[in-house]
Amino acid sequence: MRRARPGAARGGAPRMPAAGGGQAGAGPHGGPLRHRESRRLPAAAPRPATPPAAARPAALALVTLLSFASRFYRLPEPPHVCWDETHFGKMGSYYINRTFFFDVHPPLGKMLIGLAGYLSGYDGTFPFQKPGDRYEQHNYVGMRGFCAFLGSCLVPFAYLTVLELSKSLPAALLTAFILIFDTGCITLSQYILLDPILMFFLMGAVLSMVKCNGCANRPFSASWWFWLSLTGVNLAGAMGVKFVGLFVVLLVGLNTIYDLWDLLGNLSLSLVMFGKHLLARVLCLILLPLALYTAMFAVHFTVLNKSGPGDGFFSSAFQSQLIGNNLHNVSVPEHLAYGSVVTMKNLRMAGGYLHSHWHLYPEGIGARQQQVTAYLHKDLNNLWIIKKPDLDTDLSDPSSPVEFVRHGDIIRLEHKETSRNLHSHQHEAPLTRKHFQVTGYGINGTGDSNDFWRIEVVGRKAGKLIKVLRSQVRLIHVATGCILGSSGKTLPKWGWEQVEVTCTPYLKETPNSLWNFEDHINPKLPNISLDVLKPSFAEILLESHMVMIRGNSGLKPKDNEVTSKPWHWPINYQGLRFSGVNETDYRVYLLGNPVIWWLNLVTIGLYLLITVSTAVALKRGVQLTSELKELSRIMLHGGGQIALGWLLHYLPFFMMGRVLYFHHYFPAMLFSSMLTGITWDALLKFCAGFLLPSTTARKVYGGGFLALVLLIMYSFYLFHPLSYGMIGPMASDPSSPMAGLRWMDSWEF
Amino acid sequence: MVPPTRGEPGGPSPQSPRIPRPPTGHGGAGGPAPPSPPFDEVYYGQFVSLYMKRIFFVDDSGPPFGHMLLALGGYLGGFDGNFLWNRIGAEYSMNVPVWSLRLLPALAGALCVPLAYQILVELQFSHCAALGAALLILLENSLITQSRFMLLESILIFFILLAVLSYLKFYNLQRHSFFSGSWWFWLLLTGVACSCAVGVKYMGLFTYILLLAIAGLHFWHMIGDQNLSNVSLMWHFLARGLALIVIPVSMYLSFFYVHLTLLYRSGPHDQIMTSAFQASLEGGLARITQGQPLEVAYGSQITLRNVLGKPMQCWLHSHTNTYPIRYENGRGSSHQQQVTCYPFKDVNNWWIVKDPGMQQLVVSNPPRPVRHGDIVQLVHGITTRYLNTHDVAAPLSPHSQEVSCYIDYNISMPAQNLWRVEIVNRESDTDVWKTILSEVRFVHVNTSAVLKLSGASLPEWGYRQLEVVGEKLSKGYHQSMVWNVEEHRYGKSQEQKEREVELHSPTQMDISKNLSFMAKFTELQWKILTLKNEDTEHKYSSSALDWITMDTNIAYWLHPTSGAQIHLLGNVVTWASANIAAVVYMCLSLWYLIRRRRKVYDIPEGAWQLWVSAGGICVGGWAVNYLPFFLMEKTLFLYHYLPALTFQILLIPIVLQHLGDHLCRSLLLKSMFSASIVAWFSSVYFVYCTFSPVTYGEPSLSVTELKDLRWKDSWNILIRKH
Repeated sequence: MRRARPGAARGGAPRMPAAGGGQAGAGPHGGPLRHRESRRLPAAAPRPATPPAAARPAALALVTLLSFASRFYRLPEPPHVCWDETHFGKMGSYYINRTFFFDVHPPLGKMLIGLAGYLSGYDGTFPFQKPGDRYEQHNYVGMRGFCAFLGSCLVPFAYLTVLELSKSLPAALLTAFILIFDTGCITLSQYILLDPILMFFLMGAVLSMVKCNGCANRPFSASWWFWLSLTGVNLAGAMGVKFVGLFVVLLVGLNTIYDLWDLLGNLSLSLVMFGKHLLARVLCLILLPLALYTAMFAVHFTVLNKSGPGDGFFSSAFQSQLIGNNLHNVSVPEHLAYGSVVTMKNLRMAGGYLHSHWHLYPEGIGARQQQVTAYLHKDLNNLWIIKKPDLDTDLSDPSSPVEFVRHGDIIRLEHKETSRNLHSHQHEAPLTRKHFQVTGYGINGTGDSNDFWRIEVVGRKAGKLIKVLRSQVRLIHVATGCILGSSGKTLPKWGWEQVEVTCTPYLKETPNSLWNFEDHINPKLPNISLDVLKPSFAEILLESHMVMIRGNSGLKPKDNEVTSKPWHWPINYQGLRFSGVNETDYRVYLLGNPVIWWLNLVTIGLYLLITVSTAVALKRGVQLTSELKELSRIMLHGGGQIALGWLLHYLPFFMMGRVLYFHHYFPAMLFSSMLTGITWDALLKFCAGFLLPSTTARKVYGGGFLALVLLIMYSFYLFHPLSYGMIGPMASDPSSPMAGLRWMDSWEF
Repeated sequence: MVPPTRGEPGGPSPQSPRIPRPPTGHGGAGGPAPPSPPFDEVYYGQFVSLYMKRIFFVDDSGPPFGHMLLALGGYLGGFDGNFLWNRIGAEYSMNVPVWSLRLLPALAGALCVPLAYQILVELQFSHCAALGAALLILLENSLITQSRFMLLESILIFFILLAVLSYLKFYNLQRHSFFSGSWWFWLLLTGVACSCAVGVKYMGLFTYILLLAIAGLHFWHMIGDQNLSNVSLMWHFLARGLALIVIPVSMYLSFFYVHLTLLYRSGPHDQIMTSAFQASLEGGLARITQGQPLEVAYGSQITLRNVLGKPMQCWLHSHTNTYPIRYENGRGSSHQQQVTCYPFKDVNNWWIVKDPGMQQLVVSNPPRPVRHGDIVQLVHGITTRYLNTHDVAAPLSPHSQEVSCYIDYNISMPAQNLWRVEIVNRESDTDVWKTILSEVRFVHVNTSAVLKLSGASLPEWGYRQLEVVGEKLSKGYHQSMVWNVEEHRYGKSQEQKEREVELHSPTQMDISKNLSFMAKFTELQWKILTLKNEDTEHKYSSSALDWITMDTNIAYWLHPTSGAQIHLLGNVVTWASANIAAVVYMCLSLWYLIRRRRKVYDIPEGAWQLWVSAGGICVGGWAVNYLPFFLMEKTLFLYHYLPALTFQILLIPIVLQHLGDHLCRSLLLKSMFSASIVAWFSSVYFVYCTFSPVTYGEPSLSVTELKDLRWKDSWNILIRKH
């Protein structure tokens, strides 16, 4: 913990003059080069006489260096699994082992982690079981290094974006320093997580969008094409890591619409030219990302070809493609016939097989008949025989002709092991009280009229055959009109903790009440290989998205759980424990540098105030000096883009029903930091503009800027143990070195 | 015990009453048809009854203004509130003034027709178009059905249309006579109507926001007007702020004020409120807590209620049974006495606050109050064992500590029974722990675990009571960790008891007067917004996508014997035309916009302005009242679409007049256009007549006639089997 401080100081102190623009004579170096003409007009605003030509590359090099230094410092610490590394590290290993798994996020992020691990010599054998597990001899630094590398790129990206928008070096530097010295950004970049990868693509997209806008006066030039297509590539990347990438797609989309609208109003542009503009954008911002996104999934499904923990989430047809899955290379008869022995799988995610066993429903729970449940594992008790409703025909006679089951037929399902029929009646189901109970009834296949079910295929007309694996089937109880379904609730001990099966009177089409046939044994029919039933890539793509969306919306907070709320985030209300709980542990706590975060928060209010008053003043026709006009243009246009980005990455979380975490705010935080850089630069320029002697103005401007940077650095010096590790008593203990820093009771470090 | 669920008013009846059951009685004569409550009337009816009896309730479906209006009808009709609203189709008894209960919604629904006419006139469209709009609303079967019963949608639509109309009137006056009397009248009426709409149903909020946005836009144009001075601009701004924000907010508060003033008796939904709120109601907790000492002192006997109230309200409880030595999954326990949370009043809920430094269990004289930060022991009253927690996994939440009443088995497991009292809602750090008012956390001194209700219910060995645990990683504030004292008395040793009752006069305080209106309002508002219904399935529920094509209907009522029935079903032609009008409007607007951008002006500027402002209100009104439903997770019904539909219907004549004026250039085209409008109108009328039997519930139809009415397979028309 002690060792961390010199590191930070080493990074910060000697470079201060260059960074802060502290040499009074030179003033801020940040004169926008392109706007040199307009700058001469009033003497009031502080402008450097001649900005050193090397200032910009040097500044860029400096912030990049600082960024890398701060992200890579103590990277291998702690040498155990931290927080969500347990998920994403594990998924990286799955790629190396080519084992199929399921995750709620698209695959790109985890594929890149896997690739980084593979290239750095990690062999995929570490189990990543739970946070706190030691890595021992396994090579994990490669994966962390890759994430830290992408995380470090955020700073130069933000720097370049702000520079492009505001044309002001100090604004860009301020943004860069905020991001370099934010403990939250550092922590989040140092571990095997999706967030640095997501933020890399996100910032990349913003940067290339801004750069492309900068090339607007030279459309169809090489650099224009380059930035436009790079925007598309980054959009695909952002979408491919997490669905949150959708927000940046929205940002770019809005920007493009605005851009096109502008072009449309330009009457000097012919409609043909406009068409070209439109086509170029469709190509680079829609088709290219879509192609890349699809390619990503193609790679994903090609690499993961072995059966693994994710199989159960997918349909039977999909599972037949995975090596090692028991459906792989199996051959079964294609169409369902009477007399066939089948298993039925529920189509809800991780839905089980229709199952029954000798045990009865206990006293007091519906009728005391044989239990019918859904069971997740393969078992002989999952086998059912399809029979005709009339009992006379003996289907076991090998000479009788094969009769296929058709859509709309009335059938009986007999449980093979116990010879009881699938039965339902108007008793309430054990757990879902509004549904009917489903039981096994009858002796040796003789039951009553409550055993009849009408079989229907989704989206088919009457008389069509029913396909194994592919057909989605509904079973309607003839007597009561209810539909056979699995509620997804686990039965108590008497039901062996299997899943409840009910007959629902609500005729809604949900996966809960849809089934497909998986195993199919009928000696009278020719077997065909399941490869014929192989789903096309488009179907796989669609299915995996459905599964991901369902998985995402399934992440609901429980009733008595304390969850993070979106309004907590900008005020830095509560962090996340990355590693370590007790006093003796090496503790890392994800929390933003409070000084920076509160500065960002204040700036958002300030920005709103400034823009509203500026907009009203402009609307009222107040005459501004050209200096102020330029400032207000930067604030309204450049700042507006960034503020929109912040809104788009923050507000949607208020409407999300799923479990939320603090780290979801970090993309918005990047935008907020850029806004801080732009706003304070403009504000300082505006204030300094009132001071008459230009030297005083320059001093005030430089001084204010320097004060901000020093404040940020000092707060980082105070809070850096949050990211670089703390050992010793908790901060609530007065003897801890962090004791004075627990400014909010909700912080737990 | 459980928060009231929609559609299950009576409690014991296991079937959702919204599904018409096979009826038992026969149709009464004389009263308005149907003489039995259809569908949601049973839902709102129970609240009307509670208003009549002045009994407090919480309804999570919306704010109380709508309920109060319905109750007003009951009050005027002399309803005494005695009717059991538990089954759809149960015949109304004589004391229910059905006519006056249904009067207000029907009146509101009827007034929508002239309002629609006026709105089109104010939008500067011809009287012909206005007449068309009024007729379409008049002949819309779904609006008729909905306004003929004791339901809130027609009232909501009335206030929404009123708000729109008064804003348009106000805006048209703005041009020549601002700050005049009528200008103020319409401006203020806009605010009042908005707040009434929001007060009836939260859906009204959407229209309110739309009007605010339009007003903001209009004001933004005024800012650009250089003829206005800064001062007059400021006055305009303040007037709008007053009428459109201050007045609606204060009116909204006043609805709650009236609601809380009217309902002063305790009732079935008490338990979901906090103890302090309950104590303010007459007859409930107030009866028990009256006169009990305010300040908790060492030696106090208390019951502790968990503040969360979910999954049900419960009190900290213990009984002589112990935790099983081994749980079913093989984990071990401490085998000490169980501590649970118990949802019923019980003698085992009593605990005694004890000073760890002293032996006595009685209150000294004078009482020594417990303050924030003090360390206490909690002794279970009946078993005199100490509340204890230790590093043993809790039965159902293995990440938390087990909480028990300590039994000394003489094994190396010492008692750890010291708890620090932390008052969460304290004003200063020296606050005294108060009955009912203070919300406290109990922090375990040895392990800093916090006493928490986990929400899980224990298996058979724990009698299905709720699990209480020590939460080690207390992440911030959560109500499940907070407790308050509900019943309280100063403890006295048995033999002294009678004597001391007279001697001791505790600090008495009427707590009900302590709770301000704002405190009650915030609590009630919060409960209304956060109460969740678990029922997500209903036979007639639908998704938002079904509404636009009317793929769904709702059966409201079925005659006990004949085939007469009432359905919520729209006029198919109107719905389809409204959809077409919306599509045409959007396509044309886009076309005009793009052409104007290229400086091609197809229609005169004035017509364009009209087109934009009319579309802003009608398409905007449709969008804000429809699109948000895609984000909602509650159970949705077709009637949620009616406000949006009303706006969409208003768009039809607007689009028609525009087409007639600007696109039909030749005389021949114009006359053909007029002819087709007449034909189309007759088809609207024809469909209205065809469906009127299921709109009004009479005459009764035969089975074949009913089957003929089933124009869509997805409609659920009830056909008797026999």
